[in-house]
Amino acid sequence: MNILTGNDLKTGEVVWWDGQNWSLSVHDAVDVGDMGEQILAAEEAARRVNVPYALVASRTEEGVRPAHIKDRVRALGPTVRRDLAVPTASKTGWDWVI
Amino acid sequence: MYQYDQYDQAMVDARVEEFRDQAQRRLDGKLTEDQFKPLRLMNGLYLQLHAYMLRVAIPYGTLNSRQMTALGDIADKYDRGYGHFTTRQNLQYNWIKLEDAADILADLSKVEMHAIQTSGNCIRNISSDHFAGAAHDELIDPRPYAELLRQWSSFHPEFTYLPRKFKIAVIAAETDRAAMRLHDIGIQIVKNDAGEIGASFYVGGGMGRTPMIAPQIREFVPLDQLVTYAEACLRVYNRYGRRDNKYKARIKILVHEMGAEEYTRQVEEEFAHLLEQGVEPPLAELERIKPFFADPAFEDGPKSVDRSDPDFALWVDRNTVRHKHDSYVSAVISLKPVGGIPGDATGDQMRLMAKLAKQYSFDELRVMHTQNIVLPHVKIADLHALWTELEAADLGAPNLDTIEDIIACPGLDYCALANARSIPLAQRISENFAKNGRTEELGQLKLKISGCINACGHHHAGHIGILGVDKKGTENYQLSLGGSEAEDVSLAKITGPGFDEDGVIKAVETVTDVYLEAREDGERFLDTYRRIGMTPFKEALYD
Ligand code: HEM
Ligand code: SF4
Repeated sequence: MNILTGNDLKTGEVVWWDGQNWSLSVHDAVDVGDMGEQILAAEEAARRVNVPYALVASRTEEGVRPAHIKDRVRALGPTVRRDLAVPTASKTGWDWVI
Repeated sequence: MYQYDQYDQAMVDARVEEFRDQAQRRLDGKLTEDQFKPLRLMNGLYLQLHAYMLRVAIPYGTLNSRQMTALGDIADKYDRGYGHFTTRQNLQYNWIKLEDAADILADLSKVEMHAIQTSGNCIRNISSDHFAGAAHDELIDPRPYAELLRQWSSFHPEFTYLPRKFKIAVIAAETDRAAMRLHDIGIQIVKNDAGEIGASFYVGGGMGRTPMIAPQIREFVPLDQLVTYAEACLRVYNRYGRRDNKYKARIKILVHEMGAEEYTRQVEEEFAHLLEQGVEPPLAELERIKPFFADPAFEDGPKSVDRSDPDFALWVDRNTVRHKHDSYVSAVISLKPVGGIPGDATGDQMRLMAKLAKQYSFDELRVMHTQNIVLPHVKIADLHALWTELEAADLGAPNLDTIEDIIACPGLDYCALANARSIPLAQRISENFAKNGRTEELGQLKLKISGCINACGHHHAGHIGILGVDKKGTENYQLSLGGSEAEDVSLAKITGPGFDEDGVIKAVETVTDVYLEAREDGERFLDTYRRIGMTPFKEALYD
């Protein structure tokens, strides 16, 4: 599946496109098919997100899993500061990242 | 230490207000990210993997306790309770909100700090010897010269858009504690045969994807021509540096491609021309700066400690360094607890270090490029009291310059450019050696880890270096041996094919085994490597 991510303009937090809005949980991410570019342009122009981009992910039993390790680190937070994890970490556990 | 005059303060305050307006215009949608990005970068605000990141300049790594306290307060108030000290003696916050950025800069300005020129293709924070003013082996304190260069390079209109970033280090001892020859310009303050003090210039060093050791291009520049000579070096670079290719834009490539001789010839020509124009600041300015760095009022006292507590004795042996006054030492506070994150300190730890500096070190602290903190002037008589407080705050690790004193860049845990994580390797390696008890036996062993070819973790200069690479979407690590950033500077060589995480941790153990087996009396790891060469290490790793 193709999903969208970016950072919140004000807070800088990592966010994921859930079809209507930007969510803090990667597991809310929806498949945008080939609409990615269009949604990104509109959302960026509306300042609802900063520096967004499209990426490939897969839907697994544990939820949505980005294909690249960098995006999985973005989804959960630094692997070395598990105390600061994005709340979805409890769902997936850290093995999910690596 | 240096105190802002009214011009310094007015410039920094004006910049804060300018940025406040820029950030507001971005939040209001009057600026696009493309328009805003260069403006935020000029104020040290990056967008990283998880959030905005703010890099704060710490000129030549020197801080007073008020400043360190403010850094700790900012960590708690605006970030998640910690900050990261870097190899360029700066501090980075990882979780900054754009909404707060201008307020943070205002808080910094109140203690004479800022984030200006910590990004972009300009002259960056000038680094120096972390024992400056305290070292027993220095000719003079290099910091007044670093400060003069800081003033010259701040907002220098001609050098705001260089071909690429530009880093300068200034030292004044034969022992190089600032990786001087791995900088774009390395300056060593020296004495000539006539007994006059001047500066040796080394130009075109650097790490990154094409590491180079800077050649000396001038043995002696009189001190009253120092800035003019630096200006000439920059001018030639600004004119001929490769603006067409980001990867070839650093001055090291220019000096390499043009040849040191031809580059020097052009610098000398430009220098002669600039001398006629009189661009050198008046000596009075240097004389104004110098008293800020005058020695504090040292007092005579005991010259040795009570060694009955072995833990304390070990810390004294490992983490304190000879001072120019024999009743004092420089004490190193390790930010490398076993299994910890190299260079991270909590807000509480920063405030505690500030308090201890005030109490025991004439109000002064230094950031080391190895991501530790120095209290430069501690009375030997106060060491036990100091150590007791450090121990209680998890700041008393006795591991300076050992295999546990690892430099690691943020890597894939924080950095958008990374291929692999660096910090977990540092954590596991320090745990390993703490557990197997070999840290002491191995003696001086500098291990440095970068998460990608940009080499922020100085892996090229590690006795043992580790570089994270991407192997078909998984983390992989290249091992290298034989680097040094000290006065015996050299670049490390790659051992061979890379390893996965477990593999590279095992490989580090293997190379230390080879060393212990082969070493002769008094040899450090690096000395043994230089004597026996790569082959025995390769055989042990790959056969
Ligand atoms: C996480 C944000 C960071 C980013 C995006 C970043 C980016 C870069 C890049 C692109 C280079 C290569 C530049 C070139 O050769 O032209 C570089 C070099 C370097 N960076 Fe970083 N860096 C980051 C963090 C750090 C940290 C935390 C440190 C200190 C621990 C650091 C210290 C250095 C040093 C020492 C060099 C190499 C020296 C040189 O050749 O100039 N950087 N960085
Ligand atoms: S070396 Fe690479 S991974 Fe590490 S901080 Fe620098 S740019 Fe990031």
